[in-house]
Amino acid sequence: MTTTTTVPSPIGESVQRIDAREKVTGAAQFADDLQFGPGLLYARIKRSPHPHALIKKIDVSRALALPGVKAVVTGADTPGFIGLYLQDRHIFCTDRVRYVGDPVAGVAAINEEIAGQAVNLIKVEYEILPPVLDPEFGASPDAPLLHPDLGKYEVVPFILPKPGTNIANHFKIRKGDTDSAWSQCAALVERKYRVPQVQHVPIEPHVAVALVDEAGKVTLWGSSQSPFAQRNLIAKTLGISQSDMRVIAPYVGGGFGSKAGVSMEALAVVIAMKVKGRPVKLRLTREEEFFTCFVRQGLAGYFKMGCDTNGRLLAMENKFYWDGGAYTEYGVNMTRAAGYSSSGPYEVPNVKTDSICVYTNHPVTGPMRGFGMPEMHAGLEQCIDDLALAIGMDPVEFRRINCLKTGSTLVTGSKMHPTGLPECIEKVAQAIEWGKKAPPSAPNKRRGKGIALMWKAPAMPPNAGSSSWVRLNEDATLTVAVGGQELGQGTFTVMAQMAAAALGVPVEWVRIASPVDTQYSPYEWQTVASRLTWSMGNAVVAAARHARQQILELVAEHWNEKVEDLDIKDGMVISYQSEESMPLHDMVVYGLPKEGDCGWRGGPVLGRGDFMPTYVTGLDPETGQGERAVVHYTTGAQAVELEVDIETGQIEIIRGVAAFDVGKAINPEMVKAQMEGGFVQGLSTALFESLQLKGGVVQNPSFVDYRIATSADAPPDIQSIIVEVPQDDGPWGARGIGEHSMVPTIPAVANAIYDAVGIRLPGPPFTAEKVFLALQEKK
Amino acid sequence: MALHKIRVTVNGSTEMVEVPSNTTLLQMLRERLVLTGTKNGCAAGECGACTVIMNREPVNSCMVLAVECDGADITTVEGLAHDGQLDLLQQAIIEQGGVQCGFCTPGILISARALLDRNPHPSDHEIREALIGNLCRCTGYLRIIDAVKQAADAVAGGAR
Repeated sequence: MTTTTTVPSPIGESVQRIDAREKVTGAAQFADDLQFGPGLLYARIKRSPHPHALIKKIDVSRALALPGVKAVVTGADTPGFIGLYLQDRHIFCTDRVRYVGDPVAGVAAINEEIAGQAVNLIKVEYEILPPVLDPEFGASPDAPLLHPDLGKYEVVPFILPKPGTNIANHFKIRKGDTDSAWSQCAALVERKYRVPQVQHVPIEPHVAVALVDEAGKVTLWGSSQSPFAQRNLIAKTLGISQSDMRVIAPYVGGGFGSKAGVSMEALAVVIAMKVKGRPVKLRLTREEEFFTCFVRQGLAGYFKMGCDTNGRLLAMENKFYWDGGAYTEYGVNMTRAAGYSSSGPYEVPNVKTDSICVYTNHPVTGPMRGFGMPEMHAGLEQCIDDLALAIGMDPVEFRRINCLKTGSTLVTGSKMHPTGLPECIEKVAQAIEWGKKAPPSAPNKRRGKGIALMWKAPAMPPNAGSSSWVRLNEDATLTVAVGGQELGQGTFTVMAQMAAAALGVPVEWVRIASPVDTQYSPYEWQTVASRLTWSMGNAVVAAARHARQQILELVAEHWNEKVEDLDIKDGMVISYQSEESMPLHDMVVYGLPKEGDCGWRGGPVLGRGDFMPTYVTGLDPETGQGERAVVHYTTGAQAVELEVDIETGQIEIIRGVAAFDVGKAINPEMVKAQMEGGFVQGLSTALFESLQLKGGVVQNPSFVDYRIATSADAPPDIQSIIVEVPQDDGPWGARGIGEHSMVPTIPAVANAIYDAVGIRLPGPPFTAEKVFLALQEKK
Repeated sequence: MALHKIRVTVNGSTEMVEVPSNTTLLQMLRERLVLTGTKNGCAAGECGACTVIMNREPVNSCMVLAVECDGADITTVEGLAHDGQLDLLQQAIIEQGGVQCGFCTPGILISARALLDRNPHPSDHEIREALIGNLCRCTGYLRIIDAVKQAADAVAGGAR
């Protein structure tokens, strides 16, 4: 799309975030900061205390009688089904609850306290059913059926549920012939790893405010990664026009996937339908945040892989049982993504994969930074290390030989586009001083290094689109409108850089039309999949170039010159022919006068642009083979050096190194900030985080019991290295980096622990207690 | 619920507020005084997003009752800049790239301001200790720590 030989300013420059000043002064508005006046009502939700039960009776009479209560809703008020890929849930439960926290009823009252009291007055009679608490059991014929109507649910064509079972999607790879390949292998590794559910933990809890007017038009303000997807899904469920469903989304205080799709927002809308004209605010408590919106799905993964005497990977066999939870807003597609990426970033001639999404009576799983990749790579990259050691090869050398290179055949049968993965390996190995062992800092400590690779594609429908418009103002400043969201990743700044570069004005002249408002903002599928820099970027560049073309045509006519001889530099139209120049201001709104006072030409300049990939094909449902499964893959590598205290099991990260091929870093410092932030989030999931589920109940729904990395846990040093092998259809070659930065961290840490003390744990988190016990067992 | 009349100084201006006994300082700031820069991340004193300075000490405002603030002097994130001039910490965290989603940023800035007020030359360890109660999920903390160092160095260099 935008392959230019010279890169215009400010592409590749670390300009300051355009949202920084308002964020450091407290002026930046988040959803809970918006003011709605004294008419605002507050909602609370009555939730199921059981993991699996039938609803026999709901009595709301005492709640309704409580002074201050304005409305109570139940499943009887809920219209049909809702769901992004597979429509498998009601907004409020109708006949059955499927996890502890499932919404059964909702209350609107004049304050949160009364709403909470009213919730306690709602009486629900249940008939308790046996739960499914393990995905492998859930996939077996012995398991109770959680969705007896699975065969009747609406589903997109590339998701394959199995009616009559708890399997919401089964994705298969059948490439080559693994059965005959095993006999040719000189070394084999076979392992099982488990990755527990974790939570995204945005510091801003979910909040939604809904207002339904007398005509039934809905406005929803929320902390949202997906204003347009929410508009679409909620409107469809309510049976209203998408244009009568307006979503306004101010800054998001951290998302990581938890605020994608529809989670709790629809609850506020359904409650607001009963109190027309009054805005209703629903904000989750931190406790609710841990188990009632999304969690990252658990994984029970079986890995088998083998190589020949030269260390060439010959075969892989993977079986993934994903704990999809009670409903699968995204789980079904993560299962697919993990399946079509199941070789890891390696060229393997024979692959057999079964990636299975299983309904359980656990919290609903949603996308989390990495979209299945951190969980899958956690086991896979440990096996790669073990296989290298089994064949007597250095793990870095083994990866060098087997990693994907430009033109390699992928697990789905297509060819790898240009990739800098080999360079990422070299850079990381060099930076961590691979092969050199530093002495430990104390006699009771052991030091180790570990490396892991990753790849990840934006997992999305094949035709996820972006659009943008660019408006010139009287003083030649630009208003750039997008439908993608600023979550902290810096997309508004990057879009401003791209618009400025494509049009030819200083970046300081660009303003982003925010907040995103589906009534005015151009369409954007969702802010997920690390796809905005690439996809929305293309749309913004196209819009800015469209505006530029209008300006150049106007001035060319005015000067009686050719468009090709003109350029826009630093906010001035210039001619390389006549050496004339003219500032943009005024002309971009009022046009230019014709000579001799005989009229005007031009008018307000408004550029429009869009982008949608058109080349993604389907995959064969039995073999997972196809022409082009995804738009592209971002690849990278991480390494860590750590110390294990053999007396306590405590792990201390000495340093981390990361290298990712981002195609082109539009803003290098912000790219590095993503690499660092993702690294620490990855370390947090490697060392501390696990949702403790017991009988379907989350035992640790607070920051005291669910520990995330603090300032004291961040390693002293993280080195971030940018590799740039351009993406053919990315703006200036750019592709995404946000999610990728935490994908290889768990196995890098695990491999370093093995290097230090020779133990492998069955899964993260690698807590001091588990490390200590494993060390005792090893003795 | 009994109502209490309190007099509190917030960012240098005196406020007279009538609050119920169970109103927290965080609620009073956000809902009564519409100072929404101070954030609510857990309402349980665990995340630090609501940190404000109360009589020179950083506190989790969700854990302080408004009635306890009668006569107190409070500084929130809105009170850090003066006459449009950013505090050195605000400037440093922008320059170091220590802001991402921005939700923890107000609490971080307040904790860091309280640290530099009592210890103008903190060590790396002291900075990490001072920020340990301010959870950040985006940045990985390193650029925030560098920002506090930059601000401390700027003070040492004579800037303010």
